[in-house]
Amino acid sequence: MNVSRRTTLQVAGSAGLYGALLSLGLLRPGTAAAEAFDQKAFHIAGVPDTLKALGAAGATESKDVVIVSPDIAENGAVVPVAVKSNLPNTESIALLVEKNPNALAGAYDILDGAQPEVSMRIKMGQSSDVVALVKADGKYYMAKKEIKVTLGGCGG
Amino acid sequence: MADPMKIRATAKDGGADVRVLMAHEMETGQRKDASGQVIPAWHITEVTAMLNGKPVLRAHWGPAISKNPYLQFKLKDAKPGDKITITWVDNKGDKRTDEATVS
Repeated sequence: MNVSRRTTLQVAGSAGLYGALLSLGLLRPGTAAAEAFDQKAFHIAGVPDTLKALGAAGATESKDVVIVSPDIAENGAVVPVAVKSNLPNTESIALLVEKNPNALAGAYDILDGAQPEVSMRIKMGQSSDVVALVKADGKYYMAKKEIKVTLGGCGG
Repeated sequence: MADPMKIRATAKDGGADVRVLMAHEMETGQRKDASGQVIPAWHITEVTAMLNGKPVLRAHWGPAISKNPYLQFKLKDAKPGDKITITWVDNKGDKRTDEATVS
């Protein structure tokens, strides 16, 4: 037994650190864990770190991912956003808001029988870029759009 | 038990357009009440949509989804009379299931 490894394990023994490593994408959850969506991805600030947590760090921008939303939202508590993917074999769609306390707003698994198109209403704390992330054929694609908010939706 | 969902499913071009309105507080866990205490987070974490008992869409939500959430999605292959079942689960373990038929 490697002594230094053992110490590291003991130090890292808390579930909290495991969770942190998991959410940073250092440890890949297996298929069973992927089945139950990792809620920790909802507690990360900033788009780059969230993308990493979702295993989508190298997402490429694509014109086939379309965000439909108003350019200016009057009420940040209710911002209608729709995401559509024109890519074949779309497996999942996620929506992130750059300047929210936690970037990830929602993630959708598109299973057999549903079209890769979802609409929802989200909260936005302030004017920000929203990022739509689409997983199609095992690869990640994204699109970005700025939405201006005149009245914040968090704590207002 | 939470209030019932409103589900509208309309057949369109061989598929269906499904709109769901859920009744839920969707508290973010970021707000404070008058005495400065943080109001604990209370929001829907997962929504599952089924067509005739077969799951077609699964949504994972964080607190950034608006209060009384609205969800719209499209089905590729559905006809009038098909059964749509929507189930949500929140972070307190509460859940609700409602059904509608495609019209």
